[in-house]
Amino acid sequence: MQRAFHIERLMAAIAVAIALLFTLPAGSALAGPPTPAKGRGDKCVAPTEWMRKNHMSVLKHQRDDTVHEGIRTAQFSLKGCIDCHAVKGADGKPVTVADPKHFCRTCHDYTAVRVDCFDCHASRPGEAGKSAGVIPEGVEHANAAHAAADRETLDRYLKEAGR
Amino acid sequence: MARITFQKLDDHSPLFWGLLALHAIVIAVGLGAVWYMEHHGHIVTGMNNAVVWGTPHVFAVFLIVAASGALNVASISSVFNRLAYKPFARLSGLLAIALLAGGLAVLVLDLGRPERLTVAMTTYNFKSIFSWNIYLYTGFFAIVAVYLFTMMDRGASKNPALNKAAGWFAFVWRLALTTGTGSIFGFLIARELYDSALMAPLFIAASFLYGLAFTVLVLFTMCRETRQALLSEEMVSSFRGLLVIFALAVLYFTIVFHLTNLYAAEHWKAEMFILRDGGIYTLLFWVGHILVGLLMPTAILLYAGTTSGKAMMSERRALTIASVLALIGGMSFMYSTIIGGQAYPLDLFPGKEVSSSFLDGQVSAYAPSLPEVLLGLAGVSIAMLIVGVALKVMPFLPKGVEYDS
Amino acid sequence: MSCGDTKAGSCGGGCGCASKAGAGEALNLTGGSGVDAARRFFLKSASAFTTLALAPGVTLMAFAESTPASARPADQPVSSKNRWGLLIDAGKCADGCNDCVTACSTENGWASPVKHPATDAQWIRKLTVRDPKNGSSYSLPMMCQHCAEPPCVDVCPTGASFKRADGIVLVDRHICIGCRYCMMACPYKARSFVHEPLHDQKEHAPRGKGCVESCTMCVHRVDKGETPACVEACAKAGHNAMIFGDLNDPSSEIAKRVATYRTTRIRDDLGTDPGVYYQNI
Repeated sequence: MQRAFHIERLMAAIAVAIALLFTLPAGSALAGPPTPAKGRGDKCVAPTEWMRKNHMSVLKHQRDDTVHEGIRTAQFSLKGCIDCHAVKGADGKPVTVADPKHFCRTCHDYTAVRVDCFDCHASRPGEAGKSAGVIPEGVEHANAAHAAADRETLDRYLKEAGR
Repeated sequence: MARITFQKLDDHSPLFWGLLALHAIVIAVGLGAVWYMEHHGHIVTGMNNAVVWGTPHVFAVFLIVAASGALNVASISSVFNRLAYKPFARLSGLLAIALLAGGLAVLVLDLGRPERLTVAMTTYNFKSIFSWNIYLYTGFFAIVAVYLFTMMDRGASKNPALNKAAGWFAFVWRLALTTGTGSIFGFLIARELYDSALMAPLFIAASFLYGLAFTVLVLFTMCRETRQALLSEEMVSSFRGLLVIFALAVLYFTIVFHLTNLYAAEHWKAEMFILRDGGIYTLLFWVGHILVGLLMPTAILLYAGTTSGKAMMSERRALTIASVLALIGGMSFMYSTIIGGQAYPLDLFPGKEVSSSFLDGQVSAYAPSLPEVLLGLAGVSIAMLIVGVALKVMPFLPKGVEYDS
Repeated sequence: MSCGDTKAGSCGGGCGCASKAGAGEALNLTGGSGVDAARRFFLKSASAFTTLALAPGVTLMAFAESTPASARPADQPVSSKNRWGLLIDAGKCADGCNDCVTACSTENGWASPVKHPATDAQWIRKLTVRDPKNGSSYSLPMMCQHCAEPPCVDVCPTGASFKRADGIVLVDRHICIGCRYCMMACPYKARSFVHEPLHDQKEHAPRGKGCVESCTMCVHRVDKGETPACVEACAKAGHNAMIFGDLNDPSSEIAKRVATYRTTRIRDDLGTDPGVYYQNI
């Protein structure tokens, strides 16, 4: 009996500790969702709302198409995102992902979703990246299956958004 | 034959708690080492671009090979119908699972990207022997678990056919598993000291030896813990005989392996490296693997069977010493094979000497770093902790005769 | 390589954009269904982009100059009709010249000269080969041999090591778990493991700690119709010891030379069918 009581107390303590952990990020949530820096140009490669939800899947498709099939279309290239959405730091140069102001980090920090893209990929435009060549025209993957999957989600979004 | 009764461990000695605590600490330290290696990258290990598999792999392969061998006793009892081995079949199955878990943990924690383990579980290249092994290993867990169920479940254990079927299946599977493990090396065309079909039978023979040695040592430790003689004198004698046969089998395959290589002029240099000029690898091969791991246990065990041997020390003591020596030999064998095979340079231009900024043509330097060793030891401790906890919660051990105190 | 490289900056930006916008307008005339609404959305941004991409101006020039006949449209997958390869003339490869190595390191962002020969990545290295019997020696660059039967691809458990349809052997770092089995299997010691965390990688050559990597035959350049950096550097130095081209195209210089001269492939006996040929060794 004595032991069981202690276990309950311990469980309660753990529960409180976990609950506290959740309230920590919630504290910063009071400030509302973050507003990531605007990209260059006046439009993203797809509607912003849709990109918020689907950027990961189009990036993943693009990644597989590029690496394995050499398809290098511009619409959903990670390099395109990095070029367009570069945020300048105090020194006037684009910041890396080490800086909390980095475009990807503003939301990913907020949602506590860790991405490992930048373990390998450059997180700011390089010298060659001055011209982001996005050619928005439908969902552009040459891999038919990937393009169809992404087009479907985009079409559904546009329909629902009444655009 | 009398009914076998089994027991859970209760009434623990300080030895039991001490061992459990020791293993827990070693595991914690090992995990700390993993964190350190993952944080800094493999630069903090002794591994490099030539010796890409280091001490963790020595431990991992050793444990995985031993895991398959640990099933020996169970196989002998249900596949070869030796009832005398039956009381130890449960422990044998448990040890097989535990050693495999320990070995795989080390293997996985040494990956460059261990967080991508799910990728390894979901994306397969079926031409890779590594992929087959993922199936062989996970399958082994499942099959041995079913096998244990047929031994331990009240209903299922009444049906000998079920146990026999599971036993056969597990037996075939473990041979496939060790063939797969040996072939990880045997399939490498570019490495002169690996590329041989003999790697598979050599690893199978080695698995019998190391697995049985582990089983014997765990049994003797548990004799001390339970203060019971878990094995009869006849069983000790049988284990003694088996260990000698297995050691000789390993010796046989080792000799054939190197003789075949020595016969081909193209492999002379590589063979001379491992047998004569390889420094630590040569030392570990001759002294560790051949002398300490095979010849000494054989001599001790054979001598222990003679009258004068019996006068000198008990068969139990001889068996314990021989098992410890066999395991030391096993680690030496793995080290000289796995690391020695990589340290010897690739032969890009047969008959020519090559040199470059990438250290081509040179024997690669490798020295194990502390974190690697700690990770490897943690693997052994994971296996032993699993065994210790399992023995406490389920009846794996046979009831023996109480020692006179 | 493994990033979603955009080539529009140097080519599509100019001509590609304009022509595509034109085609889109034609489509737009057909009506205003849901799908077309989507197109319209994109068209609006497309026109914005045409000017944007054209702004640097120079890109058009670059396009006209550097695109050989073999350039493949960005949206087309690679095909097995091509087999990219290299022919290296050891007779022309100057002893002590390291230009190909330097060019590779600059292009792909790995450090050269190496500080730690045992652990640093080396995608390409100069190898000195000496005959111990008569002391004769020559030097040549050594890198991934882009085998048609690559042992690294056979052994890779996840399929991260793979061969593109056009014969280029790559590591997909997205699914590489860092097991290093490919390094055990490679007969050419062509692969390196990234032993340390990296920063400031080249945007066209992503690479990072815990993965295996090797020569990509400058796949990001090849896809643009350019030649690998090492080949370019060798020609620039005036050695012309390296040729890059399509082994499957009988009219290509590399195919003609391989058909004419006696060439060797390293460890041809292993049956890996390398795509890198050597001459005068």
